[in-house]
Amino acid sequence: MHIDAERLAKAVAKDEARRAARWQMRFRLGWAALLSMLAAFVFLSLNVEIDFIARATPFIVEGIWITLAVSSASIVLATLLAAIGALGRLSSNAVVNALASFYVSFFRGTPLILQLLVWYLALPQVGIILDPIFCAIGALGMNYGAYMTEIFRAGIQAVPLGQREAAAALGMSGSTAFRRIIAPQAFRIIVPAIGNDFVAMLKDSALASTVALHEIVWRARNIGQKEFKTLQTFIIAAMIYWTLTIVFTAVQNRIESRLAAGDRNKAVKG
Amino acid sequence: MKQLSTTPAVHALHPAEKPGVLVKPGAEPVLKATNITKWFGENHVLRGASITVWPGETVCILGRSGSGKSTFLRSLNFLEDPTDGTVEIDGVIVGADPFHKEGSERQDRIREVRMRAGMVFQEFNLFPHLSVIENCVEAPIHVKGIPRKEAEAIAEKYLAKVGLLEKRDEYPSRLSGGQRQRVAIARALTMQPKVLLFDEPTSALDPTLVGEVLKVMADLAHEGRTMIVVTHEMDFAHEAADRVYYMDQGEFAEVGPPEQVIDAPKDPRTKEFLSRFRTLGAKK
Repeated sequence: MHIDAERLAKAVAKDEARRAARWQMRFRLGWAALLSMLAAFVFLSLNVEIDFIARATPFIVEGIWITLAVSSASIVLATLLAAIGALGRLSSNAVVNALASFYVSFFRGTPLILQLLVWYLALPQVGIILDPIFCAIGALGMNYGAYMTEIFRAGIQAVPLGQREAAAALGMSGSTAFRRIIAPQAFRIIVPAIGNDFVAMLKDSALASTVALHEIVWRARNIGQKEFKTLQTFIIAAMIYWTLTIVFTAVQNRIESRLAAGDRNKAVKG
Repeated sequence: MKQLSTTPAVHALHPAEKPGVLVKPGAEPVLKATNITKWFGENHVLRGASITVWPGETVCILGRSGSGKSTFLRSLNFLEDPTDGTVEIDGVIVGADPFHKEGSERQDRIREVRMRAGMVFQEFNLFPHLSVIENCVEAPIHVKGIPRKEAEAIAEKYLAKVGLLEKRDEYPSRLSGGQRQRVAIARALTMQPKVLLFDEPTSALDPTLVGEVLKVMADLAHEGRTMIVVTHEMDFAHEAADRVYYMDQGEFAEVGPPEQVIDAPKDPRTKEFLSRFRTLGAKK
């Protein structure tokens, strides 16, 4: 009886493992099939000219550096603005709060492309002429900063009220409690969101092609239009963005699990 | 506005609040709260409740849920800012000032009060991102400005007292509810307060873990800590309290030693409340 139960449990576990493995296999096959269908479409519908691709690809790939530079600088600017904005949105000072709320409302309420064009085309009208790269960083940073302000605010508010009360009951001032107790806890909630926004920013930085910044999309369009082969060059650009996204999503997952593991390790080590 | 400003009421001792034989002659009360009144909007939660606690005393506040006992306790360190009334702890006096709550001089005095009144919460409220020892020394270092070494020595003494010194480097998530509450008590003690405020400290605990927390509290009471405990634990109140307050609808209906208030209540409201405990087969 006892032996039978054990054998049954083992058989069930084995069956479950087999099913899970089969599911994984089907999932990967699905991906492989879709990928080859995409590749087949590209190869069959276009006459693939290896020498053109060999010429165009390095030219487009070079845009990665500008894409990464713009995205990184913009996410740093956005994070700074979001931190200030979130404090403003949580301030008991009505004027400060109004300022932060106005910033969020305005920059979330207008199209990003329009904001970018204002930096590039409209500001020169009042005598402010900026290098396209600063236009892109300014526009992306301020726009993302507005969205991230709300994320930061929510992260800070997600720290339970009891934490504030415990800090207050120990005699901490509001600013000490924020620095020592609230901010570190909010940080863990906010970090994954910053990663998400960075991956989104990688792709939105393509808008900078409209202000003649020589990033991936600008290069793909430029070299493609010259020889009337934009379909080829846009597919190359898409593959570059897709690869970047997959890489940075993996990096982000690694950071997130490291953060979580850090908590566990610290706890276990003690 | 003038006629609306709060007037400091004269603090009157309840007859049952005369200092006991263990209180040194000439000693001042550690805590005096006078005429504590609280309105939440239209809701009159506290109707002028007063309390006096002498050095070394443990008092328990009983009452059904919604009677205002937690609000009263939280008014003593201004986690709830009362609408009227005055609190004096160890010589620091703070009055209700509903029209100028945020005045910085007043907020400074409220912090002085809080440094003298350690609080233990129903939900523990340990800081999850800090280890046990860091939970304890955070405020002594960053509020009182005590050197880290010294603060850790004090914290270790109290962690040993609550029986959790070997957990000093654990994180709260790795502790049981009872252990968390004992750490919370050590954290409050590390500030070396003049009085400890307990807000239903065992209500959130698994029944099997209540005993270890009550044991620590009873030890503190017996070694002469000054404590105010809001609780439903009748046996604890009976055994550890010098005096019991029964709160009903925002005022104290009955005050006296536990043998009187719990064993032979005079007020019909206290009687009715306690009869429900007896039918459940509580001792005494």
